[in-house]
Amino acid sequence: MEMLSVKNLSISFGGLHAVDSFSITINKGELYGLIGPNGAGKTTVFNLLTGVYKPDMGQVILDGENITGRSTIEINKAGVARTFQNIRLFKNMSVLDNVKCGLHNDNKYSTFAGIFRLPSYFKTEKRMNEQAYEILEVFGLEKEAKILSSNLPYGKQRKLEIARALATNPKLLLLDEPAAGMNPSETEELMETINLVRKQYDVTILLIEHDMKLVAGICEKIFVLNFGIELANGLPQDVLNNPEVIKAYLGE
Amino acid sequence: MKNQVLNLKTRVMNINKSTRSNAVTIGGILIAYVVCTALINSGNMSNLLRNLLVAMCYYSIMAVSLNLTVGILGQLSLGHAGFMCIGAFTGAFFSKITVNTINNTFIRFTLAILIGAVAAGLFGIFIGVVVLRLKGDYLAIVTLAFGEIIKNVLNVFYIGYDSKGIHFSMKDTASLNLEEGGMVVVKGAQGISGTPRNSTFTIGVILLIITYLIIVNLVNSRSGRAIMAIRDNHIAAESVGIDITKYKILAFSISAALAGVAGVLYSHNIATVQSTKFGYNTSILILVFVVLGGMGNLRGSIIAAIILTVLPEYLRFMQDYRMLIYAIVLIVMMIFNWGPACINWRKNHSLKDLTKKLMKAKKEA
Amino acid sequence: MLAGVDMSFITYLLNGISLGSVYSIIALGYTMVYGIAKMLNFAHGDVIMVGGYIIFTIMSTLGLNPILGVLIAIILCTLLGMTIERIAYKPLRRAPSLAVLITAIGVSYLLQNLALLIFGAEAKSFTSVIPVKPLSLAGGRLSISGETLVTIPLCILIMTSLTIFIKKSKIGRGMVAVSEDKDAAVLMGINVNKTIAITFAIGSALAAVASALMFSTYTNLSSTSGAMPGIKAFVAAVFGGIGSIPGAMIGGILLGVIEILSRAYISTQLADAIVFLILIIVLLVKPTGILGKKIQEKV
Repeated sequence: MEMLSVKNLSISFGGLHAVDSFSITINKGELYGLIGPNGAGKTTVFNLLTGVYKPDMGQVILDGENITGRSTIEINKAGVARTFQNIRLFKNMSVLDNVKCGLHNDNKYSTFAGIFRLPSYFKTEKRMNEQAYEILEVFGLEKEAKILSSNLPYGKQRKLEIARALATNPKLLLLDEPAAGMNPSETEELMETINLVRKQYDVTILLIEHDMKLVAGICEKIFVLNFGIELANGLPQDVLNNPEVIKAYLGE
Repeated sequence: MKNQVLNLKTRVMNINKSTRSNAVTIGGILIAYVVCTALINSGNMSNLLRNLLVAMCYYSIMAVSLNLTVGILGQLSLGHAGFMCIGAFTGAFFSKITVNTINNTFIRFTLAILIGAVAAGLFGIFIGVVVLRLKGDYLAIVTLAFGEIIKNVLNVFYIGYDSKGIHFSMKDTASLNLEEGGMVVVKGAQGISGTPRNSTFTIGVILLIITYLIIVNLVNSRSGRAIMAIRDNHIAAESVGIDITKYKILAFSISAALAGVAGVLYSHNIATVQSTKFGYNTSILILVFVVLGGMGNLRGSIIAAIILTVLPEYLRFMQDYRMLIYAIVLIVMMIFNWGPACINWRKNHSLKDLTKKLMKAKKEA
Repeated sequence: MLAGVDMSFITYLLNGISLGSVYSIIALGYTMVYGIAKMLNFAHGDVIMVGGYIIFTIMSTLGLNPILGVLIAIILCTLLGMTIERIAYKPLRRAPSLAVLITAIGVSYLLQNLALLIFGAEAKSFTSVIPVKPLSLAGGRLSISGETLVTIPLCILIMTSLTIFIKKSKIGRGMVAVSEDKDAAVLMGINVNKTIAITFAIGSALAAVASALMFSTYTNLSSTSGAMPGIKAFVAAVFGGIGSIPGAMIGGILLGVIEILSRAYISTQLADAIVFLILIIVLLVKPTGILGKKIQEKV
């Protein structure tokens, strides 16, 4: 079953084709890797998929629903969540509150109920706390729940971003270089967590990564982007042995 | 199982922590209230201070409410006095025209406060919808512009009423065409005079506590988290599905409504309310309270508002020099608080450090 | 009769352009400082007031030549601007912008209260420094004041020379570099501190010129006289697109014309409200002002 189907997605900035005719089909439950050299347009693809940029052309279908051209907020509500290459946490809020922001749309009570502490406030907050702790435990962050998120060590900040995205209960999770800046053992641990998350939360993942070996290790399929165009797409062993890909990575 | 126990413990601790902080603030306000009342009753409070008690309350409410916009929502507003102005005028207008029909002071004043809050809140929504898509200094200058518009427009309002109803003009009293026995309520630049003096220190303190609780409860709720998320990172906030426009307007209008409450308190405390008192200078004064008290720190806002309301009055013996000293104190405090060099210096010379050094020296000895 | 109406309209228009030229000159100070130091210098308006008092003292109290007064005002205001920058703003170079804003407000209070202490609360009547006779046209039906005759060309002269200075001189190009990217400018060997100091110096010198022109037409001089023109000039800078020199000129003149025409045809008391209303409309249509650049945030 198709979770994400993208056809001919394109955008250009001032004449430069940042992403050109990007097409990909991701099946439900798959872990897909999106790789490519610096400036290949990987993050731009994420920005297009999440509505940060409006595409010039193309179509994005999520789980049978056409989400092309919708706003970031609507796309998140439709079931796409993401992390950012340069970490974007709510720095002056606690780790717990960061996750609770992710739970925002699935746990509602009115502002009035919040201010005047009506029963719905206590009921919903209790449920939110439980859900938030549950997610934090998956990432081993439950002991840091009360800490200001900016005081977390770097690796844990990356994990918290994933936790926050996961809290929005997405069908599709977009991870932008989740292992950037981590040492090999941290990276390995993170990849295990990602695999665990995928199974436990029944979520489809598209992941941007630089390190090809790492991607090959956990991804079922890989898409290689170069100068905004598809270079290769398919099973890891095929893609990694593709002479075009090797050329793009190693240079002439 | 062990984890769950731990969670429960930290959760309880969390509730305790925020409740304790609230209790300290509210307790502080109440103690101050009791002490002041005792001093008044025993005749030990100077007239100077007594006359400032209500002012401290409305300035505190203004500071706390502006902190919601500036510190918690993270948007700079230089027009907060405009909302106070709307509250002051609508509240005073209501009290003046109903002073003979609603005899119960408590009911009338409560209604006046609600009307002032709603009017200012509606303006907050309107202005919020119009300007909140702008950012930073642009937003600041536009809020300043709105504040000045409110002030200037109210300055030419003439409103009166007679048996036929309410008459309105922007020219002069004569063009209201009031019939015999009609009353002019709003007289252009002269504003509204003779509003019943219903504001008391007790009511001021009650309103301050209510304002404080509203904002604290808001901050510690789902909507409050959304507001702070927008402040911390609006792109990430959108990415988790938080409706930025909605929560910006929500925070802005609650902040405006509470400023309206302060306005009602103000206009029922003095003989005449004039719109010229609510210019950008007043907005800036309130902003100074917020910045000195600490962005997002509600207790700090109250303390700063009280000190800076009382201080200039007590510096009156220095006459012309008092505002000069105020200005210098402001500059020095900002540099000391925020200057990178000063922050470093403070880090190296903190009390903790000093005691550590002393301890070490002791040990070595 | 119709011709008579036209003549008064032309008079208002010229007065508006004249006032607008003064706003542009003040707005330059705001726009340059904002472009380079990314700060809203709230005290800029008060430098104008200080300039006014300096000229007043030299001319009316000491009875010296008005041109000498203007020159001394330019020198002293330049020094004042640089001193303010050095003492109050420089320590806050990397601090949050709100802290700098409040400091600027503190400096504004400081200057106003110093003036109040020295010169008293009573407003002084400023004597025009411009020795040009009014020009009478159309058989005496159109009279253009000497102030207008000097202000408008002077404003154009200042704009042109400033534009050339920034484009051609080394210091000017350094200013552009600092305003584009401070860190990169450092790497290019530009002395950022010096550049910012020079910017404040130029802005303050221009404020002194503006004070001579403004108080010659609007002769009421008190400790708060600089505040409102200052705010309006800032509005003008935002109006035209902050950071842009031609923007400051366009914004200033538009603002002056709108203000004088509203005063004449709509309402004296509502003129300011109209000016601010138009600012809001402009910013809603074009959030970065008429000539402002669009900034895209990187995600």
